[in-house]
Amino acid sequence: MADAALNQMVDTNKRRFLIVASSAVGGIGVVAAATPFVMSFWPSARARAAGAPVEVDISKIEAGQLITVEWRGNVCWLLNRTKPMLESLPKLDSRLADPNSNVAQQPPYCKNEHRSIKESMWVAIGICTHLGCSPTFRPEIAPADLGPDWLGGFFCPCHQSKFDLAGRVYRGVPAPTNLVIPPHKYLTDTKIVIGVGQDGKEG
Amino acid sequence: MKKIASLGAALLFAFAGAAMAAGGAGLRLEPAPVHRLDVESLQRGARNFVNYCLNCHSAKFMRYERLTDIGLTADQIRDNLMFGTDKIGSTMTVAMPAELAKSAFGVMPPDLSVQARVRGSDWLYNYFLSFYRDDQSVTGWNNLVFPNVGMPHALWELSGAHRLVTTEFDDHEKATAAAIAIKGLVRVDPAPGGKWLVRTVAADPAAPGTMTQVQYEAFVADLVNFMDYLAEPVRNKRISLGIVVLLYLGVLFAFVYALKRSYWKDVH
Amino acid sequence: MDKLLNWIDARFPLTALWESQWGKYVAPKNFNFWYYFGSLATLVLVMQIVTGIFLTMNYKPDATKAFESVEYIMRDVEWGWLIRYMHSTGASMFFVVVYLHMFRGLMYGSYRKPRELLWIIGCLIYLTLMGEAFFGYLLPWGQMSYWGAQVIVNLFATVPFIGESLGVWIRGDYTISDITLNRFFAFHVIAFPLVLLGLVAAHLIALHEVGSNNPDGIEIKKQPKDPQTGLYLDGINSHPYYTIKDIVGVVVFLAVFSAIMFFVPEMGGYFLEANNFIPADPLKTPEHIAPVWYFTPYYAILRAVPSELVSFLPATQFYGVVAMGAAVLIFFFLPWLDRGAVKSIRYRGTLYKSWLAAFVISFVLLGYLGVVPVTVWGQFADGWPLLGGADKATVVARLLTVVYFLFFLLMPWYTARDKTKPVPDRTT
Repeated sequence: MADAALNQMVDTNKRRFLIVASSAVGGIGVVAAATPFVMSFWPSARARAAGAPVEVDISKIEAGQLITVEWRGNVCWLLNRTKPMLESLPKLDSRLADPNSNVAQQPPYCKNEHRSIKESMWVAIGICTHLGCSPTFRPEIAPADLGPDWLGGFFCPCHQSKFDLAGRVYRGVPAPTNLVIPPHKYLTDTKIVIGVGQDGKEG
Repeated sequence: MKKIASLGAALLFAFAGAAMAAGGAGLRLEPAPVHRLDVESLQRGARNFVNYCLNCHSAKFMRYERLTDIGLTADQIRDNLMFGTDKIGSTMTVAMPAELAKSAFGVMPPDLSVQARVRGSDWLYNYFLSFYRDDQSVTGWNNLVFPNVGMPHALWELSGAHRLVTTEFDDHEKATAAAIAIKGLVRVDPAPGGKWLVRTVAADPAAPGTMTQVQYEAFVADLVNFMDYLAEPVRNKRISLGIVVLLYLGVLFAFVYALKRSYWKDVH
Repeated sequence: MDKLLNWIDARFPLTALWESQWGKYVAPKNFNFWYYFGSLATLVLVMQIVTGIFLTMNYKPDATKAFESVEYIMRDVEWGWLIRYMHSTGASMFFVVVYLHMFRGLMYGSYRKPRELLWIIGCLIYLTLMGEAFFGYLLPWGQMSYWGAQVIVNLFATVPFIGESLGVWIRGDYTISDITLNRFFAFHVIAFPLVLLGLVAAHLIALHEVGSNNPDGIEIKKQPKDPQTGLYLDGINSHPYYTIKDIVGVVVFLAVFSAIMFFVPEMGGYFLEANNFIPADPLKTPEHIAPVWYFTPYYAILRAVPSELVSFLPATQFYGVVAMGAAVLIFFFLPWLDRGAVKSIRYRGTLYKSWLAAFVISFVLLGYLGVVPVTVWGQFADGWPLLGGADKATVVARLLTVVYFLFFLLMPWYTARDKTKPVPDRTT
């Protein structure tokens, strides 16, 4: 009788161990089997090819001119800033929400006053950080609708967010952060590639 | 012992004969000397494919980028295998415009992305080795594996011209024996009057190519190896993953089987 | 946890449902190898539905894009190749499992009273599954997809009087086209799976109502109950005993499944046909069209029936179509055709065993003959009486077709006459 009881106990322990072990090994299998299905949601090779880095020839962009290119289906701006434009930037610091670009809305090599690799040439995603409209380029100084303090910048028509000529957001507007600077690098002096950074990181 | 051996030989012989008879046209293919893990062969094959096939054929489901599978870097692909301004993520489209191709060949040359899954590598290998001169045909070429094929012998400068060698036999057995003796690509067909024809191709010494026969066979093997890869780029990954999965299931089986044994003690 | 369960049970019979359908279901203890295939069929059904949903996310039911989108899944979509191979291998494995499951029913008389309805629901599942497979096979839009659908739809066009219109109505066009593809897609991804799920649920409910048969064909419910356990003498709780045993079966099945899927996904051209890697071309028929292997026994029957059946009726392929339909539908009548004194093959006499063997051989051989061209074995020499010049394969297929039908039609006679052995009271 004691033997039977002992056997019973051994059995119970063995079963408990085997249930835990089988469930653990089986669980690994279920997770592994689910992985391909989860992974299939990431962009396919075709989507990645369509969203590949874009090369832009910047030699034709005149001083003060803004051109628009498409990268990953987004509006991407290239603005060749003039000297007065650059000089306007520090004057605005007190009216901006994040004048020093502390929020990581740009790659580290663009975390500077002019938010770009080279001073004049500014590359940014032209999409308002509020709700995704594309702001309008307003380079003129003190226009009637934007008031006498306006030194040039971007104005979002949807909810009146304002940004300066480095894409830094004004204080007290709906947009919470500065405009995004995409990873980019200079292939030559006249050629920029957007989508891959000078630190090798892709967007 | 000898008896068994001869019996075995006879059986083998009978099987080969039956296989040939069953094969419809009586075509015997030489197995393609390709290996899916031979990366260097695949790379040479990719070069051959890009240089000789993509002029007229597309492989529109294949992205150049994907060639990193066979050990190439993005720069190598861009520098050696891509012509024009194609982006690395783009697919292998055809160089020749569709209208031109249609007027030149009468039909669009088929896309080659999955051709090896249709034909098989043995077929493709023998196909490239069995072009021969045929004055009756529009292109001046014919093919033992694919009679009256529309495609001209695009590789003839490499291989040189071949001609058809036909031998006539009185009965099927003799024809089959001769076919087996040839040890290569051969085609056995019935002819009028109960005769049998054994046909194969042989190099024409008057029109040699830039490659020797051995070099050309190696060239074709690389090309076919690549086309085999092209038809299913994921194959190597699939097979190695399969081994991992089966090993895993083996481990899982050990546990669940032990569990089952333990529980079923109650029943027995 | 218990509290939550109580809360639910007061509003929905969750515990009762679990207990009636599995948790407290009492099954005979002597299930053998053949009893794995029911749970495996359920597993494959779930796998097909899950992989199918993910394939739908990238597949395009459009004649100009369908073929391309399948290659897109195979190459560009992350892990798409695995999902697609799971689905294509699963389709064939579904039929492997279902055929073995049905054969089990034949062997052990699982269709006999009181399981007639269970069997009929099962036959309906089989019919639905054939439809599901047929519609799905058009979707890759390869040559075999296209011409296979063409041939099958044209079978309906042989129906006298209305046939031609019927064919056009099914296709929605004068030939298989983009329109056909679109409606087949709808049938494949939603209509038939819904029916299938409903029928499977009904099949399981019916099973758990009447109780499982077993290799001895003994009704355990007629046994007295063990006073200690409260179960029938040869009954055990399906949970945990069969839960665990079925899991072992699942692991072994997955190993076989994986071996095919990872190492030979085309399965020598039987699971994925070589010609289906050529995009559909309405102007060019492939040299040799054969349906996928799981349809070939019926296809062979179709081809075996001559179009000039009797001299006073018009010659039409319709006879073959009728024979093919009858070959499938005749399964429904099994419960009433079998008059044997016992259920299980274990206690049947040689007569039944021989007929079953003849049926299996004819089914398998017809399956083979349906894959190959009728000329495969050559022709009888011209000198032969009656058979001179006829394709040998066709003659054999005709004989096998007769055997196939005689298995069913003579069943009332040979099962009644069979010398059966006495059935024991307890399972062995």
